[in-house]
Amino acid sequence: MLNLNAVYALLLREAKIFFREKERIISILISPLLFLFVMGKGIAGGHSPVAGYSYQQFIFPGIMAMVILFTSITYGLYIIWDKRLDFLKEVLAAPISRTTLFVGKSLGGMLGSITETLLLLLIGAAFILPLDIFKILLTLAAAFPISFMITNIGLTIGARMKSMEGFGLVMSFLTWPLFFFSGALFDLSTSAPYIKVLSLFDPVTYAVDLFRVIMLGQGNFPVWISLGAILVFSLATTILGVVSFGKLQQEK
Amino acid sequence: MPAIKTENLVKRYSEVTAVDGVSLEIPKGEVFGLLGPNGAGKTTTISMLATLVSPTSGAALVAGHNIITRPLEVRKNIGIVFQEPSVDDLLTARENLYLHSMLYGVPRPEIEQKIKKMLALVNLTERAGSLVRTFSGGMRRRLEIARGLIHDPKILFLDEPTLGLDPASRKAIWTHIRALKETHNTTIILTTHYMEEADSLADRIGIINRGKIIELDTPEALKKKVGQDLVLLKGEINEAALKALPFVNSVERENNHFKIGITNSGANLQALLNAGGRIEEVEVRRVTLDDVFLKFAGEQIGQDIEEHAEGIFERIAANKTVRK
Repeated sequence: MLNLNAVYALLLREAKIFFREKERIISILISPLLFLFVMGKGIAGGHSPVAGYSYQQFIFPGIMAMVILFTSITYGLYIIWDKRLDFLKEVLAAPISRTTLFVGKSLGGMLGSITETLLLLLIGAAFILPLDIFKILLTLAAAFPISFMITNIGLTIGARMKSMEGFGLVMSFLTWPLFFFSGALFDLSTSAPYIKVLSLFDPVTYAVDLFRVIMLGQGNFPVWISLGAILVFSLATTILGVVSFGKLQQEK
Repeated sequence: MPAIKTENLVKRYSEVTAVDGVSLEIPKGEVFGLLGPNGAGKTTTISMLATLVSPTSGAALVAGHNIITRPLEVRKNIGIVFQEPSVDDLLTARENLYLHSMLYGVPRPEIEQKIKKMLALVNLTERAGSLVRTFSGGMRRRLEIARGLIHDPKILFLDEPTLGLDPASRKAIWTHIRALKETHNTTIILTTHYMEEADSLADRIGIINRGKIIELDTPEALKKKVGQDLVLLKGEINEAALKALPFVNSVERENNHFKIGITNSGANLQALLNAGGRIEEVEVRRVTLDDVFLKFAGEQIGQDIEEHAEGIFERIAANKTVRK
């Protein structure tokens, strides 16, 4: 079912392309950095819900989740380009199962997200929130399942979308709401009731909370709830993704 | 067991029936040419056999495996060269070939050697390390062909393989296709617009139009159906007298001249000219596949053009933009 050589080949392709486009690696970091350094400092008077940390330090874990969210969704939607430009045809015609293709693509997306996470983590640790090596490693470890979960969402949507015109729609109707309702910029426990309810269905909520527990030592959920939710969302999006990839056909 | 066997293969899209009941049997080691005008169903047929598009109805076995229930087994045995280049722009030529070899399970120790051989074959050795983004259309096509061949497929689908290639590259590809058939007994299914290509490569030719195979035979037999030789006559021609001659296969009026298919022009030309009436101009030539194609598919193409006369230029324009 899973052809490891093929997964390696697919991953290799994504890695080569990702590291060849250095401008893209940098440009993805721009908006998270604006949030961190402009909004984080701009609302300087804004109080931090976690004692002992500034507002800028408080939103840093949330911005980590943001980087993963935006990198992974964008990556997933990119397969529309592959479809358009016929590159996908070669892979669809290869003797590999759609599950193999999906896993290869998914790991490729994770690689990108983890790279961006590492870059932002190093910037943050240097200028915003001092972190010891143990916390850095834990954050990176947590980034793996989170990237996997969100890349799968992107790939599932990308596989079903017909044209790049839908890209803006997905960003407006999915990515930004996922970001805002996750409580990345505020404390959910003191927010309005409708935000609290909606945030429970937002997978990014659990990513933000897990990062906060690791970096600030305080969150709204116990670790096992966040990890459990991420696991459930990952499983669901994997199944959806594999099904969507199974339906991919050559388009005229 | 034949390499390919299809039974009543049909593909219907919401508005059009692209393939309308194709039944074929292609033995191992045959080079089969699929010839037809644009939109006749060539690419759709190949896409179904390559398991890229699922048929609406009908069945097909490729290398003995059912295309619907065992697509992976089918894919292990085939290679495809697509009509529209699908090589990866963002990778180098060598990387494209390496990736493909990995995906098709070529044993790793052999990959390096095979890449070298293929690059030499399509004359891209010097550009092996360049990004495909920088390649011309012809270079992409050659790389695409190298990629389709690198895993030694038992059955090779070539969808317009030499479209847009210069004559020298085209000849090189032809030589390789013939060699594949001889040394590896590879079965090759080839679609093409170039009659010359089909004539020189194919053992058998199927002419497809509007999703149906309308003629299927060897190039020689197909040409015989038109006549071995074509005589073009201009003047006041006695059509009835010509038709009565035993060696005349076909008489067609085309604008201001007659196109007459005959057998053995050497022996019969004199008799033809005697019976023909007052002749002003004569031209004799061998029948080519072009004539066959025009005879069998040409009438329908003419009809199509009339039916869609108002839309034809828009369609041509649209086609050109897509090709870019």
